[in-house]
Amino acid sequence: MSRNFLIWGAFATLFAATGVFATGGALDGAIEKQSLNVAAIVMFLLFVAATLAITYWAAQRTKTAKDFYTAGGGITGLQNGLAISGDYMSAASFLGISALVYRSGYDGLIYSIGFLVGWPIILFLIAERLRNLGKYTFADVASYRLAQTPIRTLSAFGALATVILYLIAQMVGAGQLIQLLFGLPYWMAVVIVGVLMILYVTFGGMLATTWVQIIKAVLLLSGATFIAFGVLYSFDFSFEKMFTEAINTTRDAKGMMSGEVIMAPGGLVNNWFDAISLGIALMFGTAGLPHILMRFFTVADAKEARKSVFFATGFIGYFYILTFIIGFGAIVLISKNPEYLTAEGGLLGGNNMAAIHLSHAIGGNIFLGFISAVAFATILAVVSGLTLAGASAVSHDLYANVFKRGEVNEAQEMKISKIATVCLGVIAIGLGIAFEKQNIAFMVGLAFAIAASANFPVLFLSMYWSKLTTRGAFIGGGLGLLTAIVLVVIGPTVWVAILGNEEPIFGSKYPALISVTTAFVGIWFFSIIDNSKRAQIDRAAFEAQDIRCQTGIGAEGAVTH
Amino acid sequence: MQQELVDKIKNDPKYQALVSKRSRFAWILSIIMLVIYYTFIMVIAFSPQTFAAKIAEGSVITIGIPIGILIIVSAFILTGIYVWRANGEFDNLIHQIKEGIK
Repeated sequence: MSRNFLIWGAFATLFAATGVFATGGALDGAIEKQSLNVAAIVMFLLFVAATLAITYWAAQRTKTAKDFYTAGGGITGLQNGLAISGDYMSAASFLGISALVYRSGYDGLIYSIGFLVGWPIILFLIAERLRNLGKYTFADVASYRLAQTPIRTLSAFGALATVILYLIAQMVGAGQLIQLLFGLPYWMAVVIVGVLMILYVTFGGMLATTWVQIIKAVLLLSGATFIAFGVLYSFDFSFEKMFTEAINTTRDAKGMMSGEVIMAPGGLVNNWFDAISLGIALMFGTAGLPHILMRFFTVADAKEARKSVFFATGFIGYFYILTFIIGFGAIVLISKNPEYLTAEGGLLGGNNMAAIHLSHAIGGNIFLGFISAVAFATILAVVSGLTLAGASAVSHDLYANVFKRGEVNEAQEMKISKIATVCLGVIAIGLGIAFEKQNIAFMVGLAFAIAASANFPVLFLSMYWSKLTTRGAFIGGGLGLLTAIVLVVIGPTVWVAILGNEEPIFGSKYPALISVTTAFVGIWFFSIIDNSKRAQIDRAAFEAQDIRCQTGIGAEGAVTH
Repeated sequence: MQQELVDKIKNDPKYQALVSKRSRFAWILSIIMLVIYYTFIMVIAFSPQTFAAKIAEGSVITIGIPIGILIIVSAFILTGIYVWRANGEFDNLIHQIKEGIK
């Protein structure tokens, strides 16, 4: 029955998408949108058809809750490594980091490095413990020996806050990008992304989501490799030549740096507070992102979990090196070409279009179409992973373990997770449309700050500190969450940029140093002064938990189909 | 897990060896990564001109670029080192511990 629904849903979406594409360009292509890009649309439709076929295949294999949340635990290390890198290499990081390099050169590399160095730390300290203790969500681990209701509620709230902020940022980015690339109206782009993501997740669960991620990661890595190769080709594979020509390209558009300054650190980080705080946010934030943490439950055991991080680090690192070459290539190859520029000398469609225009300069219309389709696919894959993580927090943590206190049958829990997926999809579409004209630059930063300050400290200490108690984790994690939100609101990105005040109350864009410290100190303090009965239970359970954590004895295994 | 089993594993010398070896190894590697990264970011915060020095006379490439690329590569190598030892030595120990409680 549900399979028929999927087929009809898929047909309807494809049909609607084709119709929309056919009319979209004619409606209002005049404003600042590109004209209809046929190659891009054909390739995007191919991607959608392939992923829907995978969803159909996955739907037949998704029968139990374990299938739905973790693809039965049967994903291999290499597959999971690709899927993790797929989750992490969002359209924002592909377009955003290459744009940062395009604008200011070296600073883009500083950013990429910050995003990458969290991964080794996740591997050394978290990955295998997480795999050995958890079942479906990171809250399973955080609440393993603590009282279920408060800790699951806090973790689910932290997960949902992170997921929704991230989703809004992705949706708004998707709408604007697709409007530009495909000549589609903003709201239609948001609706298409939302509907496809609901189809993948409700029918195909984690298995479909994983394969959408893998395909997208392969496409994105191949596309970026091709662009970087094309850039190097045009400089006879000489970095010296590429950098020399980039330095000699003088640009006078607003915000663009030129000359030798692009070869050295600029103004991205210029004081010790920002330097440490940004590092903490990126490192601990990555280790607290629910959709990333969930990926560790899709593999069979600790061995595969470790391999996943090894492969993911390799792919992500390689990708960041490519974005650096792409950014420098764009400085030379497009910033003087009037075909890609506005009258004021800025890039058509904004700075984030640097990689997109470069793909046209290198591979013509067909390759531009390919990269546009990849960018669309990237957004779809990332929002699917986010939605699945959010839906799991609702169905597995809040419904099954808090509301029903664990007394729930699987069919009922799966039903709730599917309802939650549809609701999250509708919310994402609604907020995506509502935030179209809003400044959303703060949202990803806030998502990382919450992940680093609320999710990570509780998760980390629950695995490492025997004296942690429920009360300490709840109060400390809550304080971390509040501090992160308050400091972002009174900081430059919201207080000045959105609320229009002259001066921020809190001077830095990066609150993590303060909010993460608050969380750790809060958890420590309220745990050591906790003499309740519950505290004794919490501490007594550490030993058995630690043995499972260290050895995997008693851990969830994989299901074979 | 029953208390009996917990005590048995806890007192197994192989388990104690596993825990101490692995945690020392994991923390050492973490500290190496943190030191590399924070040295890099602190140089940028306090002395960005350090990275503006050229790699060679007559070249436009600054030392900041190969250093940045090396940090990316070092992250990958460090994960490789950990996975290599954990999937071999540590997993063997875990296997033996599991055999011991059968």
